[in-house]
Amino acid sequence: MSNIMDVNFNGTTAEMLKIISDYDEVSGFAGAYNIREDSKCAGRRSSENITIESKEDKPGINIRVNPFTVGETVFIPACVTHSDVDDLVYNDFYIGEGADVVVVAGCGVHNDGEEQARHNGIHRFFLEKGARVLYKEKHIGTGKGTGLRKIDPVTDCVLDEDSYLEMDTIQLRGVDRTTRSTSAVLGKGAKIVVRERIMTDGDEEAVTKFHVELNGEDSGADLVSRSVARGNSHQAFYSVVEGNNRCTGHSACDAILADNGKVDAQPALNAANVDAALIHEAAIGKIAGEQILKLCSLGLTREEAEEKIIEGFLK
Amino acid sequence: MKGVTTLLEFQDVKWQLPSGEPIIKGITCKLDSRLTVITGPNGGGKTSLAKLIAGVEKCTSGKILLDGTDITDMDITGRAKLGIAYAFQQPVRFKGLTVRDLLELSAGEKLGHNELCALLGKVGLCAEEYIDREMSGALSGGEAKRIEIATVLARNVKLSVFDEPEAGIDLWSFSRLVETFEEIRNGTTGSLVIISHQERILSIADEIIVVADGTIRTAGPREEVLPKLLGGEYACRCPQRNGGGCQ
Repeated sequence: MSNIMDVNFNGTTAEMLKIISDYDEVSGFAGAYNIREDSKCAGRRSSENITIESKEDKPGINIRVNPFTVGETVFIPACVTHSDVDDLVYNDFYIGEGADVVVVAGCGVHNDGEEQARHNGIHRFFLEKGARVLYKEKHIGTGKGTGLRKIDPVTDCVLDEDSYLEMDTIQLRGVDRTTRSTSAVLGKGAKIVVRERIMTDGDEEAVTKFHVELNGEDSGADLVSRSVARGNSHQAFYSVVEGNNRCTGHSACDAILADNGKVDAQPALNAANVDAALIHEAAIGKIAGEQILKLCSLGLTREEAEEKIIEGFLK
Repeated sequence: MKGVTTLLEFQDVKWQLPSGEPIIKGITCKLDSRLTVITGPNGGGKTSLAKLIAGVEKCTSGKILLDGTDITDMDITGRAKLGIAYAFQQPVRFKGLTVRDLLELSAGEKLGHNELCALLGKVGLCAEEYIDREMSGALSGGEAKRIEIATVLARNVKLSVFDEPEAGIDLWSFSRLVETFEEIRNGTTGSLVIISHQERILSIADEIIVVADGTIRTAGPREEVLPKLLGGEYACRCPQRNGGGCQ
């Protein structure tokens, strides 16, 4: 089954798509896709195994991946290209048993105006038994307007037995305000891995909230957030990992501060089972002096050393 | 002696802690051999001397010259660019930077697989296993130490300073490392200054300098210094063995 719509989006979206979702102007997307531009659909294609359909009761789409679909990628980028847009979308992913797919869900907000431009994506993932998903999310803010660029993603996940979800998220400068909320409920043998990288600068603010419930026997979570707060920016990291069965949970928040950057970290571990093994690590501080010395001893200047350390840290 | 030798010169070099406690109490010497080993009792000032060479610390007074150029006021970057490489005694860990990243930063260029293999091979590591690993706390002490040494070998400069390269390294890797030091010494360029207590490293030195209590106790060719290194001295500072009694 193929459901092809004409691709029709503006130049700003085209530029952002290249950054957030590896869009190729010639060959387009290699797989099923749905492009959202300023609250409208600017292109869609389903594939034989991945069906994308509009929701009937509210804005958004349902993405259904057939059981045992392996090696396919689905792209669902969203772009806001001017001010005075407040985009709200509900995207639900139903990943069939034994499927193994990649979801690329970038978001770009461009604002040259004085009013705010906002994208608020509410994602829900339902992974059936043994399903595996790599979810890649890249956020950018562009444009010279004074209006705020805001991205507030919500991701709620339900992981059935032995399923695996890996979230790889990155936001490097340009987004003035962001609140990212991620929750997951895990069944027996299910695993979630989150790799988050954030860099804020200027007066940007970023809030990250994780809530993971390890309900199934031998379920596991590994949450790693690395962030850099520069300028006068402010970041907050809140995580709650609940171990309600025999399980393993690890969360780590590493933050580098520069200039007048501020970072709050509030990690919580709630264990309700004697076999719940939960660990948290948090470290906030400026770049270690010895790291700078080591790179200077290789011939880098202090400034070059700092850039390399941050570049590697957020890689 | 084969190859080009770098001349490192100390002129009455002194260094003290910020608290005022003197650590290096006036060292004057010329290091002009291909492989100089600095040894001596713990706490005698050897690591401080290495840091003063690399520019990690600056002399309180005195001068340091490299091939006649006064580097006393030069910062660590300037000295690195002039051809000094320094292997830290405690390897520095980085979250995010991989072994490949560090070796390429050290070499100042992208490195091919064969070059990475050759570099890591010199410290007894397999490139396949390590190039994409982070130089983070996940590596063992011995692994990190060997990678730290490889970053200095990658620089291929005229003066390489190693601070206790043997620390934490297993016997087999250490043997390979000693061979590497010998290869450099017998090559065409590159002088080595190695701080070490290890007999095998002392045995390949051209010159040995014994530093104790912030000064040079003895210095000279290996053949002269090595035989009498421990003569007339107990490593133990126990007052009973030294003829005194316990207080």
